Amino acid sequence: MTTPVVQARGIVKRYGHVTAIDHSDFELRPGEVLAVIGDNGAGKSSIVKAICGATIPDEGEILIEGKPIKFNSPIEAREMGIEIVYQNLALSPALSIADNMFTGREIRKEGWMGKYLRLLDKPAMEDFARDKLTELGLMTVQSIKQPVETLSGGQRQGVAVARAAAFASKFIIMDEPTAALGVKESRKVLELIQDVRSRGIPIILISHNMPHVFEVADRIHIHRLGKRLCTIDPKDYTMSDAVAFMTGAKEPPAQDAG
Amino acid sequence: MSDTPQPAPKGQEFEQTLDQSDTKVASFERKHHTLLERIQHVLHNNPTLVPVIVLVISLIAFGLIAGGKFFSAFNLSLILQQVSIIGILAAAQSLIIITAGIDLSVAAIMVLMSVVMGNLAVFAGVPSGIAILIGLAGGVGAGAMNGWFITKVKLPPFITTLGTWSIFYALLLWLSGAQSIRGQDIDTEAPFLKFFGASFNLGGARITLSAILMILVFVVLWYMLNKTAWGRHVYAIGDDKEAADLSGIRTDRTLLSVYGLAGFVCALAGWASIGRVGSISPQSFYEGNLDSITAVVIGGISLFGGRGSIMGALFGALIVGVFRSGLRLSGVDVLWQVFAIGWLIIIAVAIDQWIRRVSA
Repeated sequence: MTTPVVQARGIVKRYGHVTAIDHSDFELRPGEVLAVIGDNGAGKSSIVKAICGATIPDEGEILIEGKPIKFNSPIEAREMGIEIVYQNLALSPALSIADNMFTGREIRKEGWMGKYLRLLDKPAMEDFARDKLTELGLMTVQSIKQPVETLSGGQRQGVAVARAAAFASKFIIMDEPTAALGVKESRKVLELIQDVRSRGIPIILISHNMPHVFEVADRIHIHRLGKRLCTIDPKDYTMSDAVAFMTGAKEPPAQDAG
Repeated sequence: MSDTPQPAPKGQEFEQTLDQSDTKVASFERKHHTLLERIQHVLHNNPTLVPVIVLVISLIAFGLIAGGKFFSAFNLSLILQQVSIIGILAAAQSLIIITAGIDLSVAAIMVLMSVVMGNLAVFAGVPSGIAILIGLAGGVGAGAMNGWFITKVKLPPFITTLGTWSIFYALLLWLSGAQSIRGQDIDTEAPFLKFFGASFNLGGARITLSAILMILVFVVLWYMLNKTAWGRHVYAIGDDKEAADLSGIRTDRTLLSVYGLAGFVCALAGWASIGRVGSISPQSFYEGNLDSITAVVIGGISLFGGRGSIMGALFGALIVGVFRSGLRLSGVDVLWQVFAIGWLIIIAVAIDQWIRRVSA
């Protein structure tokens, strides 16, 4: 079997008396879309946060491409090529699309102007941003220099996804990417997810939307009471099965190695 | 996005009609943009335009009212000289306000550091250059102290700087013994402290070095804010700090650097003020904090952070200077000058709010 992109074993995270993650495992395989579902409070966000460095687990180990790793912040995870699309998108409304795509990793001009005067290479950043948006079929915006606050909700989501897709070399985490979108915009985001997967970048998709999950996911990680209950193949089960497992109405299937 | 037709119909049953869906972007019947709406839109895209227009109109108005003595090269250069210190403070204040903070201690840092420089150079016999360097470093330290309370102890900027304003003010009274350092003593012991008071003639205008320093400070800070990654981060933090954090900006470190830099600029203003005033007085510039905020607000920089150009603060400071000079030359009592500045602030913020409501 190929080495998983992410493998987490026996992760524990406690907040005082509350155990948010209770000896949970997690696995993301190369090139797949892994959906993470679970009831509110099941701890699905917590486990994903532990993988990207947003929370530091108390116990357990995380292997990225087979190598054990300990992140102290999401910035460290990002430096390794792990990108996160947050539910609130983490965009700065008054800054331009290009500025937003490059926050925290701006390109400087070559030569002394960049080295000593730290001059930004705005044309290069704008070209790159335009290329990336065009690649994903999002270049319907008027100008790459327009502030993000002038975009529609769907366009903003597009910018956030394009930013993640442009810089992710390991994998992308998407937190409820379709939660705030209309039917058409959701469709576009699902297409984006498939587009990104076709480039070989695996995706962790956190979602409550069963139809969306069953449409794009290769495997579904069902989280219940702080740990992984099981992983299922959406082709073998129905949505109601998944909901039944998730809520404890039905016993999970016996697990294979997955 | 989503106004291109989808290729293969896929997905849920209820989505099957999506490819036949209307591809027009939402557009509404709307009458022609009124002139006012168009003005609003232009101003929204160029926030510095308002103070520039106000400055030009007030120059013309006072030129007409007060006549030639207002428009003389001498008077115009005098305005530049008079606003130079508050202008530099306003530059420091702009940095803070763009991060959605506020600094009530700018003038206290400035006067404290001018007292430090004066004490060291005039009384302790420290070479002027070194005394100035110590004063500038002290400014960075004082600013960083504000920044430390704000980022590490998580106090609101208003409360932090309200506190340090009193602390720095008490320190400067203690260091100076509430006594001024006389101009003659500075001249004999450490004339370099008065460097920025020097001036040269340029076609009837008397240009002081402090005015040149002010413009230099604005140009350098404008470059840093608009042309470097650091500057983009400063705006992003003022816009939405949480989003800035999530998108990988080390916000606390950036904020700390902003407060430290603002402290440095205040200390620089302290050095320039020695030349401008001619002596070092612990009682000087007591209202400098509020004057600097006035200039920033009139300059169209949003108090909510993330919006406005630092150049606006330069124009804001100049507008205040032009009003003061114009009203004085028109023979208006000082109290009415203060009255007019008060209205300017309120009108400036009202215009800012109006522009923000622009329909894109």
